[in-house]
Amino acid sequence: MSIAIYILVMAGVTYLIRMLPFTFFTQKIESKFLRRFLFYVPYAVLSAMTFPAVFHATGNTVSSAVGTAAALILAYLDLPLIAVAAAASASAFVTGLFI
Amino acid sequence: MASEVKEGLLHGLPIGLGYLSVSFGFGIQAVRCGISAVDASLISLTNITSAGQAAGIEIIARQGTLAEMALVQLLINLRYALMGLSLSQNLDPSFGFIHRMLASFGITDEIFAVCSCRKKPVTPKFMYCVILVAAVGWVSGTFLGAVLGEILPPSVTAALGLMLYGMFIAIIIPPAKKHRSVLAVVIIAAVLSVLCKHFLPMITSGFAIIICAVAASVIGAFLYPIDEKQEAEK
Repeated sequence: MSIAIYILVMAGVTYLIRMLPFTFFTQKIESKFLRRFLFYVPYAVLSAMTFPAVFHATGNTVSSAVGTAAALILAYLDLPLIAVAAAASASAFVTGLFI
Repeated sequence: MASEVKEGLLHGLPIGLGYLSVSFGFGIQAVRCGISAVDASLISLTNITSAGQAAGIEIIARQGTLAEMALVQLLINLRYALMGLSLSQNLDPSFGFIHRMLASFGITDEIFAVCSCRKKPVTPKFMYCVILVAAVGWVSGTFLGAVLGEILPPSVTAALGLMLYGMFIAIIIPPAKKHRSVLAVVIIAAVLSVLCKHFLPMITSGFAIIICAVAASVIGAFLYPIDEKQEAEK
């Protein structure tokens, strides 16, 4: 089968999943419970994606943990996204030089 | 309005850089599956999602059926439907039908996070700019990975792998510091995710994220039911 058809199906399905709820759900949700639920979803998604995966992100638990700690501390100090992300990578890289 | 553009580009930057390193790996993997650099880039441009694409090229490599391809994409990417629903609650009135149709193309975990955790309602300009920077990183990283292969030293690519997670942490910590409810949800989701990984390793990562996030959010909504003020000042 041609790869173009595979790509078409892949992209089509993925787009529809994204587009349908986002485009056609326009009213405000009235249910307080549902609103609280949707308010928490992004934080829960990010947390579930980050832990425990972050501890294997560099392929080494020690340098990953150092990078994670750096990110946690700088995020706690309210530094901007790019600074926290860069510091996590940089500290993991430097730690990697010593192990 | 210019600040919306600037802010969007700035928020897109860590995503784009993180994507660059992640999609570099995808490019390498795609070539190993017998897919050309151009086709791999085309997949990245039309899908912009890591887990779905990784599963997709594996199906292409072994010439699986189209039904299987459709079903796998549906399951792995189902979380975007939930995200779209959540994000639809935090849109600026200028976000009309056409803008929604166009911008929905760029709903990824990271773009969703940056948009939905924004204090102000999301404008089309802001979201387009985030998507643009992210997509440039994602597609060019794929192409570079496919063409250059393993030229970058592993120590550099390994450290770049932390970029996206660093950004996630930067998004969740400040509100968790302010609101005990968010802190509780974040901890519950993390604990569930760790348990899931250890005791139910057969669940795919896309599914595990849906299960853990839905469970943690439901628990949060039960534990902290009425807090309209906090929601308003989000």
